[in-house]
Amino acid sequence: MLHFRFSKPILLATLALTYSITCYATPSKADYKSFQPSPDQPYYFEDGKVDFGTYNGFRRYHADCHVCHGPAGLGSSYAPALLDSLKVMTWGDFVNVVISGREGRDNMIMPSFAKNVDIVTNLSDIYAYLKARADGVIGATRPAKFPKVKKLIADN
Amino acid sequence: MVTAKRKVLAICFTASAMLAAAGGVTANSELLKMQQNANDWVMPNGNYASTRYSELNQITAKNVKDLKVAWTFSTGVLRGHEGGPLVMGDVMYVHTPFPNKVFALDLNDDGRIIWKYEPRQDTSVIPVMCCDTVNRGLAYGDGKIIMSQADTTLVALDAKTGKKVWSVKNGDPSKGETSTAAPMVVKDKVYIGVSGGEFGVRGSLTAYSLKDGKQVWRGYSMGPDSDTLLDPQKTTHLGKPVGKDSGINTWKGDQWKIGGGATWGWYSYDPDENLVYYGSGNPSTWNPVQRPGDNRWSMTIFARDADTGMARWVYQMTPHDEWDYDGINEMILVDQKINGKMRKALVHFDRNGFGYTMDRVTGELLVAEKFDPAVNWATHVDMKTGRPQVVAKYSTHQNGEDVNSTGICPAALGTKDQQPASYSPRTGLFYVPTNHVCMDYEPFEVSYTAGQPYVGATLSMYPAPGGNNLGNFIAWDADKGKIVWSNEEPFSVWSGALSTAGDVVFYGTLEGYLKAVDAKSGKELYRFKTPSGIIGNVNTYMHNGKQYIAVLSGLGGWAGIGMAAGLTDPTAGLGAVGAYASLSNYTQLGGTLTVFTLPD
Repeated sequence: MLHFRFSKPILLATLALTYSITCYATPSKADYKSFQPSPDQPYYFEDGKVDFGTYNGFRRYHADCHVCHGPAGLGSSYAPALLDSLKVMTWGDFVNVVISGREGRDNMIMPSFAKNVDIVTNLSDIYAYLKARADGVIGATRPAKFPKVKKLIADN
Repeated sequence: MVTAKRKVLAICFTASAMLAAAGGVTANSELLKMQQNANDWVMPNGNYASTRYSELNQITAKNVKDLKVAWTFSTGVLRGHEGGPLVMGDVMYVHTPFPNKVFALDLNDDGRIIWKYEPRQDTSVIPVMCCDTVNRGLAYGDGKIIMSQADTTLVALDAKTGKKVWSVKNGDPSKGETSTAAPMVVKDKVYIGVSGGEFGVRGSLTAYSLKDGKQVWRGYSMGPDSDTLLDPQKTTHLGKPVGKDSGINTWKGDQWKIGGGATWGWYSYDPDENLVYYGSGNPSTWNPVQRPGDNRWSMTIFARDADTGMARWVYQMTPHDEWDYDGINEMILVDQKINGKMRKALVHFDRNGFGYTMDRVTGELLVAEKFDPAVNWATHVDMKTGRPQVVAKYSTHQNGEDVNSTGICPAALGTKDQQPASYSPRTGLFYVPTNHVCMDYEPFEVSYTAGQPYVGATLSMYPAPGGNNLGNFIAWDADKGKIVWSNEEPFSVWSGALSTAGDVVFYGTLEGYLKAVDAKSGKELYRFKTPSGIIGNVNTYMHNGKQYIAVLSGLGGWAGIGMAAGLTDPTAGLGAVGAYASLSNYTQLGGTLTVFTLPD
């Protein structure tokens, strides 16, 4: 599906994605400290709180995505509500659209974010946030969070 | 059909006759004269002083209740319709958001289309426009209608035929430079700025030749003196010379090159001083920690010589912005007694919540007071240094990266955004459409990539404490710096106001109402629900002896994002939010012009 020409930025993006996807290698949900996100379980939720990655997804979403897609994935007058889209989109679909961009209905344009380091390196966090929204796990406001877990390099 | 054709010929003839008559007069005196003719509406804010006031008095506080719709016109475009039409003689010129159509409508024939212009623009410009694909309108000069398209193409059309006379590219959308502003014509020049403060552009105001579109000068918001057109000795900031390279030395390293200070708002002009006035927007990024210093001259009022672009004075309202309080709102030029002394004043209602009154000749700061009592990020403005006294608790820089600063008023969309206010010389009051919204703001580190968002903060917005209303429509005394009356509005008032000699003030609401209120008391006299939310600006004109009121409706813009969805989710748990129903329960998208008049 991805028709990449391996220009430098795209290559960078691809590498970053591979990194993100490797993050998904060992799913686990024991507690927030040992939690490893996966496409099936991208976020951790307990006692009204999300893991730090999902919280970071909330922040990144509201920096780069919400100007079109509306606060908290609610959509706007010119881009779809991701709250709904993520009910049907898979992780693969999501990556595809964010990296390649696409032309939608009514002159709607999703640009390619392949060159955007802020997006590419936080993509699995943004996915986790939107998935948590789509699943109805968290509301429209800033989610409460567990502290950041320092990951040992050896973990990857 | 025959009748229609004849009418076209008649109009063409009238227009050419007018132009021929104006032949010996320079474009300058042509417009100076035209702006005084209350029958027409020749520039977006009515006149060079941007008062949005009309001498027409057929519609009065007494009879406005009888107002009826005369005719309507669908633009065929969805999304946010900001700005409003121009009217000259028998023709009305209507613009739309992207794809930026222009229509010339025949006022002798219920708005039949005389000509239509629709540019071919690359749709890739759409996602680099931060806050909807709005456009704030057209300019007229020397027989041409001028528009700044979304992709920064400045185009001049023959007012009679709609044929392109010239076009010039003002910026590069692949670097995030786009355009939303209405140009201004002064003498033989057209002025236009640039949008893209959320993409790390470097803002500028550029003058082009009205005749052929050649660039004459460009003054950047930041950079060396040769770029900013600031004279180290002669250009002043509150009476003091700015010094050498003031547009660089309050920035870390080369950050000024992606420093923001976009110039997407309104432009005013004082013919006596020959000065063009406008404001610059937020410094890029929204994360203040990443860009230490005052970040001059973002958030600044500029007074530039119309011929050379050299700045006579500047005033930075929000040094080192930490909240996205762009300084681009309109500059209203009035001659008024301030503190007992007659002044050539400039009145400006800033996003940061302060209403500023300045001496527009010297740049002296006369009054700076909050025009919404909810404003809390600063206690006051120090009148000597001009600096707002920032409250530590609401300083997103002092609180630092990755910390959520809460309860900041106003929100990033400001106590007032671009929606222009109006000034009536009959009451001496300013009529100001406002937002009444507060926010949480969390900055974090971002990287710059050309053409990609460069934001670096996350925000949540909600109504100001103590009420449910997200907006107010107020009357303001610029001498005392006080609110005279204030009408609550359920949503932000995102529509430009109009005041008239009939002592009526008009404005639109996000639910779609056109409202008329009494200029003295603020009492509502009339309302009509148009097909969509109003973020356009109201104007008035006279045709065949009758006064008309015209307004574009068509929900969108920043208001269409933040308001239509986020603030209204009853599950949001934001205090009084349950009281809100979504704006989408009131209105839907769609651009329509509605024209009102009194019954015969």
